Amino acid sequence: MQYGPRKIAVTGHFGSGKTEFAVSLAFALARLGAAEERLALCDLDIENPYFRSREQGAALEEAGIRCYSDPFGGRNGSELQTISAAVRAPLEDEGCRVIVDCGGDNSGAMVLRQFQKYFTLGEYQLLCVVNQNRPGTDTPEKAVAHLRAIEQASGLEVTGLVSNSHLIRYTTAETVTEGWEFAKQVETLSGVPALCACCMESIAPQLKNADFDVFPIGMYMRDTYLDKQV
Amino acid sequence: MSKVLMKGNEAFGEAAIRAGCNCYFGYPITPQNEIPEYMSHELPKAGGKFLQAESELAAVSMAYGAAASGGRAFISTSSPGLSLMQEGLGFICSAEVPLVALNVSRGGPGVGGIQPGQADYIQVTRGGYNGDAKIPVFAPAGIQECVDLIYEAFEIADKYRNPVLIFADGMMGQMMEPVELPEKREIVPAEKISELKPWAITGKDNHPGRNVIYSLRMEPNVLEEHVEHLFEKYAEAERELVRYKTQGLEDAEIVFVAFGTMSRLCAEAIELLEEQGIKAGMIRPISLWPFPKKAFDEIGPKTKLVISTELSMGQMIDDIRLAVMNRWPVGLINRTGGIVPSSLEIVERAKKLLEGVK
Repeated sequence: MQYGPRKIAVTGHFGSGKTEFAVSLAFALARLGAAEERLALCDLDIENPYFRSREQGAALEEAGIRCYSDPFGGRNGSELQTISAAVRAPLEDEGCRVIVDCGGDNSGAMVLRQFQKYFTLGEYQLLCVVNQNRPGTDTPEKAVAHLRAIEQASGLEVTGLVSNSHLIRYTTAETVTEGWEFAKQVETLSGVPALCACCMESIAPQLKNADFDVFPIGMYMRDTYLDKQV
Repeated sequence: MSKVLMKGNEAFGEAAIRAGCNCYFGYPITPQNEIPEYMSHELPKAGGKFLQAESELAAVSMAYGAAASGGRAFISTSSPGLSLMQEGLGFICSAEVPLVALNVSRGGPGVGGIQPGQADYIQVTRGGYNGDAKIPVFAPAGIQECVDLIYEAFEIADKYRNPVLIFADGMMGQMMEPVELPEKREIVPAEKISELKPWAITGKDNHPGRNVIYSLRMEPNVLEEHVEHLFEKYAEAERELVRYKTQGLEDAEIVFVAFGTMSRLCAEAIELLEEQGIKAGMIRPISLWPFPKKAFDEIGPKTKLVISTELSMGQMIDDIRLAVMNRWPVGLINRTGGIVPSSLEIVERAKKLLEGVK
């Protein structure tokens, strides 16, 4: 159990950065050889038409991560609110470590309810990604309200908070540290432990003496051109 | 003021609210659905009215009515939805009613697809409506610029008593960006409307006479006079509303012309070309109508080629040719169907085009 429970589901407020975190986590686990046998990512996002983890399907597969999403394998560019029945395979496969990437908010987390039987308390991590720079979760109270709504919709207990307060290219080490302090306030208010703070790989060295766990994330979902100033 | 992280569509809705918009009419269509969703819960909080119409035809007509009575109206849609709104936009031009419309465009023709596209260039700059009418069109390159343009568009629409269109694309609607939101303008109270908009239909009480808003003029000489009046406004718009940005034109061998998402890709392609020893620059039209023809006079003596880069089969290229007037050869780098090329693809195709003219 070095890497924690075999099933990790990622939820959070719409736009908090769940997908970037989920994809980075999958690649990190693949690099570490964390999967006992197999590694899978289930993209259950039925909310967004763009920026879904299935867009990285080819790169994930190349890294040895099976990617499950809609019945078309994410290839038809549609926004059909359907999930492939094959999603059950990695959830049932005891030899497969699986990351479940949900859509935003309670409406996105609702998808988990049909898979409730695969999530027994103590045998899964249900992570809630928290970003204080999003207007909907800019106070600990609002962040907890989202967390509770996600629990209600999914029928599952959130087991950990992932701090992901960022401003894309304007993110500094200070943004990350302040974000962590915010996540600790959410922890106090909700009783759900804050586990780590995400930051872009380029900022990670500046946080090597931080008194919290830093999880460096890639920018897999964001092409570099999107941040060019014109 | 501090930045907040927002999805494009949310930020566009918030920009309209902060501009003092007090009525929004919309119909769902991807990739702009978050706008009506956002307006449905945020506009009423700001004291405005949200109404989901039964179609885009209804949405634009409702906006026409609300704006005719002095409302600060906003509508948003995506490409096929904009086609449905064309009739209404023409009527609104003729009736001289201010309105701000946002197109978060996608692939076409027909229902097309839901990935980003720019193949509405001809639709937005030439109009699908009948008759002699023009609509100022602004194409932002990112969320912040789009927010600022929406905010300003309401003022422009009021000044010209004409619709103003913001042409963003699906990528901008769906991506996230830290933005600085402008100050909230107060919604104009009903009793103040007739003072600020004396032409508006606000009831008989405040008027000595009667305001009538219409687009029907049966007598040819009356209609001709009306159209000539509209074109006096459009001539002023052509003088006042030209917007563009340029980059590295002085010593560029290649000049890219790009708007919206494509301009960010070109900015990256320019950096990559420079690493290979090729100097490239860019003209970024922000106003698509009026098209910034004068930007092309800033092109330096080393330029061998002007390249239109578009997410369409090449629509802006006609305006570029009119602006270039045979001074340089004009090439095209494009993808369509919802595909956004990589900056590497732009680099390779630009080098090939450059070889062809050397």
